[in-house]
Amino acid sequence: MKSRDEYRISLEVFEGPLDLLLYLIRRDELDIYDIPVDRVADQYMEYINAMKVLDLDIAGDFLVMASTLLMIKSRLLLPDIEAEEGDGEELDPRLDLVRQLLEYKQFKDVALELELRELAQEDIYIRDSTDGVELGEETTSPIHELNLFDLLGAFNDALKKVPQEDLREIFAETYTVTEKIGVIQQRLKSGGVLNFKTLFSSMASRMEIVCTFMALLELIRLGELRAVQQGSFGDIELQDSRGLQ
Amino acid sequence: MSDGRPPFSAILGALLFAARQPLSVEHIIKVVQQTSDDLGMDLTVTAKRVLTEIVQLNESLENCGVFVAEVGGGYRMQNQRDCGPWVRRLLEKGKTSRLSRPALETLAIVAYRQPCTRSEVEQVRGVAVDAIMRRLIELQLVCISGRSALPGRPQLFSTTRQFLEHFGMRSLNDLPAKRG
Repeated sequence: MKSRDEYRISLEVFEGPLDLLLYLIRRDELDIYDIPVDRVADQYMEYINAMKVLDLDIAGDFLVMASTLLMIKSRLLLPDIEAEEGDGEELDPRLDLVRQLLEYKQFKDVALELELRELAQEDIYIRDSTDGVELGEETTSPIHELNLFDLLGAFNDALKKVPQEDLREIFAETYTVTEKIGVIQQRLKSGGVLNFKTLFSSMASRMEIVCTFMALLELIRLGELRAVQQGSFGDIELQDSRGLQ
Repeated sequence: MSDGRPPFSAILGALLFAARQPLSVEHIIKVVQQTSDDLGMDLTVTAKRVLTEIVQLNESLENCGVFVAEVGGGYRMQNQRDCGPWVRRLLEKGKTSRLSRPALETLAIVAYRQPCTRSEVEQVRGVAVDAIMRRLIELQLVCISGRSALPGRPQLFSTTRQFLEHFGMRSLNDLPAKRG
């Protein structure tokens, strides 16, 4: 079996904790100025746990945000003694976080605008240039249509459907990422499009789901596969992207 | 021309045609001046003259598929955008690869906050940006522009001319407006 390190995925190339929070807020159509922290904190932890199961190289920043959320959650539960003594205004413990989220969101919007302009520049050529900036292959994002959190969320759903494993007996589990890559490629070859849920529906072991998911990420990274979502938070479909180039 | 020397409009067109990067007005003036001196020719141009000639040049280039565009603090000749698909086929280029979202966000923050330290960027994004920053420097979209007076004298980052060119901007004033 290949070592797990070989498939370790660095989240650095994806998004950070603020992205995850904004994602959760957008998904549930929450008011950013009045975030239900206990609910969001719980969901945030679910995503962190999914990352742990995958042995993703969770950036320390994700854990810092987790503790910030928990701190805010506990402060919201406790009465603010100073404020009750009539001493000064009651400060919403969420204030700093909201400010940070709003600031970040501004830049995210600017980034979107830049993306459009970059796209518009694609049709512009200049004489004998070195074609402007050569971006190479590394920075292409085949995951474009879909973000990491959509995939992680779907992965988490798949994990939840697995029946509790019987811990008394130990079977050697024979799943490997390499083998799963082969399986996915095979299924894509015959069908062309694969539904994310269907892919995982017949699986009964966590290890199998984890291996399959890792295989999926690897194929997306290699650009052999594309994950597309039908509308926000809709079903995820996997397509063979080699024929599309 | 009686002396067989080309008019300024022709020289300007030739310079823009041959340049490898956007030409600033100052650069054009300097090149014209020095060459005229060498040739013993009496030709001095002002910035205003250069700008007027560029407008005229564009008028005469109408429907030629190319025009002079203002990008990255200078002027360059480029094709009309709607002709892009044909040029792409000719040059046998595939789809150009694009920057990732995190890279674009990092760029946006640097562009607005420049010169800024890496930790300022990380504070906004809430995540480490070392790898992305290295990549952006490699791509010459960002450069190290100095050192901050803060403890440890951290490096300061700024965007480059290539950054403006990559997004087709004349100057940093063309940055998308921040909303909210």
